Amino acid sequence: MRSSRRQMLLATVLGWGAALLLFFPIFWMVLTSFKSEIAAIATPPQFLFAPTLESYAEVQERADYLHFALNSVLISVGGTLLALAFAIPAAYAMAFHPTARTRSTLLWMLSTKMLPPVGVLVPIYLLFRSLGILDTRSGLVVIYALMNLPIVVWMLFTFFKEVPGEILEAGRMDGARTGSEFWHLLLPLSVPGIASTALLSLILCWNEAFWSLNLTTSEAAPLTTFIASFSSPQGLFFAKLSAASTIAVAPILVFGWLSQRQLVRGLTFGAVK
Amino acid sequence: MSFTTLDQGAEVTAAPPGARRRSAFPLLAPSVSVLLLWMIVPLAMTLWFSFQRYNLLNPEVSGFAGLENYEFLVTDPDFWASLTNTLILVGSVLVITVGFGTLLAVLFDQPFPGQGVARVLAISPFFVMPTVSALVWKNLMMHPIYGVLGSLARAVGMEPVDWFAEYPLLAVIVIVAWQWLPFALLILLTAVQSLDHEQKEAARMDGAGPVAQFVFITLPHLGRAISVVVMIETIFLLTVFAEIFVTTSGGPGNATTNLAFLIYARALLQFDVGGGSAGGVVAILLANVVAFFLVRSIARRLEV
Amino acid sequence: MATLQLRNLRKSYLAHEVIKGVDLEVADREFVVFVGPSGCGKSTLLRMIAGLEEITSGDLLIDGQRVNEVGPADRGLAMVFQSYALYPHMTVRDNMGFALRMAGVPKPERARKVAEAARILQLEPYLDRRPKELSGGQRQRVAIGRAIVRNPRIFLFDEPLSNLDAALRGQMRIELARLHEDLQATMIYVTHDQVEAMTLADKIVVLQAGRVEQVGSPLELYHHPANLFVAGFIGSPRMNLLEARVLGADGAGVMLEAAGARLTVPAGGASRPGAAVTLGIRPEALRPDPAGAFAGEVRLVERLGGLTLLHVTLVGGEAVVVQIEGSDPTPAHAPVRLGVEGAACHVFDAEGQALPALGRHPLAA
Repeated sequence: MRSSRRQMLLATVLGWGAALLLFFPIFWMVLTSFKSEIAAIATPPQFLFAPTLESYAEVQERADYLHFALNSVLISVGGTLLALAFAIPAAYAMAFHPTARTRSTLLWMLSTKMLPPVGVLVPIYLLFRSLGILDTRSGLVVIYALMNLPIVVWMLFTFFKEVPGEILEAGRMDGARTGSEFWHLLLPLSVPGIASTALLSLILCWNEAFWSLNLTTSEAAPLTTFIASFSSPQGLFFAKLSAASTIAVAPILVFGWLSQRQLVRGLTFGAVK
Repeated sequence: MSFTTLDQGAEVTAAPPGARRRSAFPLLAPSVSVLLLWMIVPLAMTLWFSFQRYNLLNPEVSGFAGLENYEFLVTDPDFWASLTNTLILVGSVLVITVGFGTLLAVLFDQPFPGQGVARVLAISPFFVMPTVSALVWKNLMMHPIYGVLGSLARAVGMEPVDWFAEYPLLAVIVIVAWQWLPFALLILLTAVQSLDHEQKEAARMDGAGPVAQFVFITLPHLGRAISVVVMIETIFLLTVFAEIFVTTSGGPGNATTNLAFLIYARALLQFDVGGGSAGGVVAILLANVVAFFLVRSIARRLEV
Repeated sequence: MATLQLRNLRKSYLAHEVIKGVDLEVADREFVVFVGPSGCGKSTLLRMIAGLEEITSGDLLIDGQRVNEVGPADRGLAMVFQSYALYPHMTVRDNMGFALRMAGVPKPERARKVAEAARILQLEPYLDRRPKELSGGQRQRVAIGRAIVRNPRIFLFDEPLSNLDAALRGQMRIELARLHEDLQATMIYVTHDQVEAMTLADKIVVLQAGRVEQVGSPLELYHHPANLFVAGFIGSPRMNLLEARVLGADGAGVMLEAAGARLTVPAGGASRPGAAVTLGIRPEALRPDPAGAFAGEVRLVERLGGLTLLHVTLVGGEAVVVQIEGSDPTPAHAPVRLGVEGAACHVFDAEGQALPALGRHPLAA
C-alpha cells in the first residue's frame, strides 16, 4: 500500500499545484485591489500590506458600478431566457422527432456560430443605428440570444436525447399528449440539463466583450464595457484596475463556484455516454 | 453559406423508439428562421459592402468598387499576417488546452485531499471575462517592471521579459489558453470519470502500467470528448477579439492582428467599410473552410 | 370482455420487413406469451399492438373494432415496460395516478383507485417514495400498479422480469400468475425466457424472424412441436436431434435408422424409403438400458441432485443429452446403451416440418 500512498501524495501535490497556478492571477488581482497604488507596484511584489478600500471607492466615484452590473444581469438573463425560448422547442423537435435532415440542421446551426462577429459587425451596427437600438439593452439581448442559440440548442438536444424513450412511451400509453408530455415528463426530467445550459449561456453572455464593446456606450453598457474603460492610460493604476476587475468578475465567479457541480455534470455536449 | 449539403452522405438518422412520424417542423422553424436571418441579412450586407467604395468619414468615396476591395486586401501584407496569426493562435491554444486539459483531467480523477476545492480553483478562469483576464495578465502578470513574472525572473537572477514587446503573439496565446484550459478540463474530467474502472483494473491485470493504461485505455475513451472540445473551442477561438483589443490592439506592427481584429481595424478604426467587409467575407469563408473540415472529421464521431 | 385479433399484420422500416404477416386470435381473459430469440420481432409486435409502432399493413382489432389508427392511450391498453419506465421525478402515488390525471379523473376517485392498486400489490408503505428509493422488485410492482390503476382492457408486458435476479424473477412470476387469476384480464406477455412462457401462458406464440412458427398451449408446443425451430427452442435441455434415414413406413409409423440404431416412430405423413429426416428425442425420453438401441460412451455427467444429465457420444459421433430423475450412478467415460420409446420421438422432414404424430399426448389434446 506504500505505492498508493505515494500516488496520493503525488496527486495532492500536482493537483493543488496546478489549481493554485491556474487560480493565481485571480488571487493576485483580488489581493492587488486591496492595496494602495504604491503598494500595488512595489517590487518585489508584496504579500503583506495594510489593506485598504480606497481603490474601490475611487472606482465607484469614476463610474457607477451598479448601473453596469445591473445591465450585465438584465442582458445576460434576458439573452439566456430568449435563447431558451427558441431553443427548447427546437431541441425537442430534433431529439424526439428526428428526420433525415436533423443531423445536417444541427451542424448547420453550429456552423453559424463559426461566423466571426466582426464579419458582420458593420451591417449589424448600421442596422442597429437605423433601428435606433444602439446602446439599448433589448438590442444586446437579441444579439446575445442569437449568438448563443446554436450552442444552447445543441446542449439541450444532447440532454433531451438522454431521456429514456420508454418513459415518454409510458407517458403516451398513459394518455399524455404532446403538450402534457412536454410539461409533465420531459421538462421535469431535463431540469438539470436545462439548468446547466442556462448556466453556460449566462456565463457566455456575462463575459461577452465584442458586441457589448461595439454596440453600447453608456446607457446599456454592461460590465465588459465598464472594465474596458480602465484599460488604456489608467491601466497603470494597478490597484484601481484590480478593484474594477474584481467587482466586474466577482458576481459571475461566485455564481460559477456555487453552481459548478451542476456545470461539471452538464457541460459534456454529448461527449460522454 | 450553409452546411445543409455538407453531409448528404451521412446515414439516415434512425428514429429512436420514442419517435413519432409526424413532423415537428413548427417547433424547429423559429430557431432555424432566426438563425437564417441572423446569417443571411448581415452576410448579404457584408457581401454588398465588400463590392462598394464606402468610407464612413468620407462620403465622397462611393460607388461600385468591383473587386477593388479584395485586390487591396490580398495585396495587403497585414492580411496574410493576420491569417497566419489566426491559425497559429487557434492551433496553439487547442494543443495547449487539450494537452494540459487531458493531463489535469486524469489528475483530478485521482482522489486527494481538498480535491473539490482544488477543482473549483482550477476552473475559475473560465468565469473571468476576457477583458478582465487580458488586463490582469497584461498588467499584473506580464508587466516587465511591476508584473509578477518579471519579479520572479529577477528573483532567480534572470532578465525580465517584456512579453508584449518581445513575444506578443505568445503572450496572447498564454492568456487565451489560460481562459480555455478550464473548459477543456471540465469536459474531459466528466469523460474521464465516466470511464469504467473495471476496464482499468482489467488492464492492470494484463500488466499495463499507469502510462500504458493512460495511452491504451483512457486516451481512446476520451476521443469523443476531445473532439467536442476541439469543435467548441475552435468556434470561439476563430473569433478571439477582446483579448487583443485590450492588450496589444493588434501590435506591435501586425504581430498580434488576427483576422477578427484586422476587420475591426479596417472598418471601425480606418472607417473603410468596403475594405472591412471584404475582410469579413474572407473571414466567413475561412470559418466555413474550417467548419467544413472540422465538422467532417469530428461530427461523424458524435452521435448527432 | 376483451379480445384481440391480428390479421396479416406487417411492419417494415424502409425496405426492411420485420413483421411478415402475423395472424392471431386472443380470447377474452387469455394469457398469451410471445417468445422467440432476440430480434425475432416479438417486442415490435407488442409495440404495434400498444400503438407505439405504426402498422404498415394488416388489421388490428380490439373487441372487434379496428384500431390501427387509434392512439396508444385510447386503445384501452396498459403496458409494463422492460425498464419499468417509471417517472423518476414523481412519487409512487403520482406514478400510478398519472394516467388517471391525464384522463381528467377527479382527485378523490384517483386516490381511491391508486389505493386499491397499492393494496393489491402491497405497495401501501411506499406510496410517497420516489422510484430511485425502491428495490428492483418494488419498482416492478409499481410499474404493474400503474397498469392496474387504468383498468385496461388488455395488459401488455414487455420482458417485465428480465431486469430482476433469478430468485425475485421466480417470485414475481408467481405473483403475475396470481394477478392474472385475480384480475381476470386479457394479458399479452413478451419474453425470451421459456420458463416464463411455459408457466404463465394459456397460449404461446413462437416467433422467428417476423413470422409465427407455432401457436399453442405450452404442453402442445412441448409435446408436438410443429417444426425443428420450435422443437429446439422449447425445452431445456434442448431436444436431441439426430440425422436419420427412412427405412419404410406402415400403419404403426415410420421406421428409421439413426446413429446405428433402428426404431419405429408412430408418425404419419408421406415419407419415401431412403429419405433423409431428423429424429428428435427429448432428453428425458432417453434412459440407460442394457438392451437399448443406441450405443455410446458417457463423456460428462452433470449431477443436479434431483436430476442427472449424461452427456453421451453415440457410435456415429453424434452427441446427445440424457436426463434422468434422481441421482444416477453411471460414471463418466463408461460405455452405455440408451433406450427410447418410439412414441416419445419426433420426426422432421428435410424442410424441418414435423411429421404428424399418430397419437396425441393426453395433456396436449
